[in-house]
Amino acid sequence: MSLRIEARPEIDRRLLYVTPLLAVALTVLAGFFIFLLMGYNPFAALYHFFVSPLTSLYGLSELAVKAAPLIMIGVGLAMGFRANVWNIGAEGQLTVGAIAGGGIALAFWGQEGAWILPLMCLAGILGGMAYAAIPAFLKTRLDVNEILTSLMLTYVATLLLSMLVYGPWRDPDGFGFPQSRLFTDSALLPVILEGTRLHLGAAVALFVAVAAWVVMTRTVIGFQIKVVGQAPAAAAYAGFHRKRVIWLCLLTSGGLAGLAGLFETAGPIGQLIPVLTPGYGFTAIIVAFLGRLHPLGIIASGILMALSYIGGENAQVEVGLPQAVTGVFQGLLLFFLLATDFLTKYRVRYVSTRREVAPA
Amino acid sequence: MTFDSTVLILVTVIGAATPLLFAALGELVVERSGVLNLGIEGMMLVGAVTAFAVTVATASAALGILAAAIAGALMALAFGVLTLSLTANQVATGLALTIFGIGLSALVGSGFVGIPVERLPRLQIPGLSDLPVLGPLLFNHDALVYLSVLATVGVAWFLVRTRPGMILRAVGESDVSAHSIGYDVILVRYLAVLFGGVMAGLGGAFLSLSYTPMWAEEMTAGRGWIALALVVFSSWRPGRLFLGAYLFGGVTILQLYAQGSGGGFLGLPAQVLSMMPYLATIVVLAVIAGGPWKGRLDAPACLGKPFRPAT
Repeated sequence: MSLRIEARPEIDRRLLYVTPLLAVALTVLAGFFIFLLMGYNPFAALYHFFVSPLTSLYGLSELAVKAAPLIMIGVGLAMGFRANVWNIGAEGQLTVGAIAGGGIALAFWGQEGAWILPLMCLAGILGGMAYAAIPAFLKTRLDVNEILTSLMLTYVATLLLSMLVYGPWRDPDGFGFPQSRLFTDSALLPVILEGTRLHLGAAVALFVAVAAWVVMTRTVIGFQIKVVGQAPAAAAYAGFHRKRVIWLCLLTSGGLAGLAGLFETAGPIGQLIPVLTPGYGFTAIIVAFLGRLHPLGIIASGILMALSYIGGENAQVEVGLPQAVTGVFQGLLLFFLLATDFLTKYRVRYVSTRREVAPA
Repeated sequence: MTFDSTVLILVTVIGAATPLLFAALGELVVERSGVLNLGIEGMMLVGAVTAFAVTVATASAALGILAAAIAGALMALAFGVLTLSLTANQVATGLALTIFGIGLSALVGSGFVGIPVERLPRLQIPGLSDLPVLGPLLFNHDALVYLSVLATVGVAWFLVRTRPGMILRAVGESDVSAHSIGYDVILVRYLAVLFGGVMAGLGGAFLSLSYTPMWAEEMTAGRGWIALALVVFSSWRPGRLFLGAYLFGGVTILQLYAQGSGGGFLGLPAQVLSMMPYLATIVVLAVIAGGPWKGRLDAPACLGKPFRPAT
């Protein structure tokens, strides 16, 4: 008997949705051994990482608070990944969106009006779009790799934010701390669940995911995106404009990242600070893949990734695990997912070899 | 500016260029074999933290450097198993490698933040090191700097002058043809990917043992990505890669000196100056993509495409 690997004639649809669960299971298993190796009680550590955040209303609301930006950014990125457009600078677009929207909040600081928050949202979206337009322009005009440009721009955006909050936008009454003034009421997102930090952004994220699902499955644009990604030659033959799809994907993902950034500043944070997120723009890449680039799958994977953040914080408080464990888990999860993908494309079969070794 | 301080600045340029040169040289070989590994940043970080931790634990920098090379290779092996054996998407796997490397290095390094380590010793070459100007400029560096230059020459020679180098290029240009005349495409790519891991590990070791002898989370600050851009800049040629690495080393040091020159440079805030290496990368990528030499970029034809021999 020997093992033989054969290509499947078609990707196994059923396995496509089972393998993410398998990847999660493998990650938990790997986590068990990592905790054991580090000298922690693995059962207690895993409990505080994955279970105890889900046992209180506050924990659940925090889960939604963290999942919202991940879902919003992940949905946008997934659209691009399907078209082979690799925007990995969402963190930068998020930052610029926060700067643009936060700038409005500071410009109208102390003023009241129902128009301030919508204006901030608009500025956030436009800021993120404008920032994503740079790699889009370079990609469509000069064929410059968007992976490198969008990532380099992330470092630039972080420095820009730092320059602003250390300089002109620093709170004059803030004892010199590098942060802006606290936004006033009209510039803050309404909380939708009393006693928690759950804000309007969570509802918007769900809406965005459902809307993206409709666009991807029910419209010509969604169809074009998929064809450009899977069969560029066929797309060109059918007269689909590749460049238009690149622009569309980058502007959409940039705008969504910008809005997510604005929601962070106007929601849980309430001001501009040098570091806005624990890397949501990068984690959203994992979210997109784990959700199978499907908007509804991304809702689930976004919630799971949010759990890895909250679990990480929780395990740090409860059993003293270093915060960095979260990053290791996220990386491992993506590894396992990519590895188990093999099962959807190939199958392993036992082949009898007895006849071949028999003497002639 | 005095003559001595000019020499001093040029010496720091060499320091800034060396980690880029290591990482980019490794990636150049990887890409020449037709594989795109976006995980350099992660491999460098793991190399940096391994070098630091082993050096602190054993008091031997040589062991630290060796361990960094092995750690880089192990990271690359994970990438190889996923992309070469399991035909996973190379872009996604490379990103996963970087995300994993950032997390793993932070986890391993959490106990080493703020601990000092002795800087790699500068090797004195009798006679040469005492020369005026040239001595301090060229012959007063640590072993890794010399190794990076030797590696550049070695890779150039290997790719152009040797038979295995030719096979590697053939695999990168046309995997199907190379396979059909009997070369083991997957094996060649594994070896190239492992070499890339070793080099990224060494680049990381240089950062944490020589350039800034300490450990800090994400201390690579995007150098792995700049290395990727450098490979494009070099149009996959080691000589131009060397030039590019030193050019970028120069930009990095220039902005550091501009920041240090009291009260800022031209009244620009420090952050604007810190943006320079990243903006320069974008400008350089745009210029080489749009320049008159556009058609001669020579990317390996099979770059990033998975290969699985028909059975």
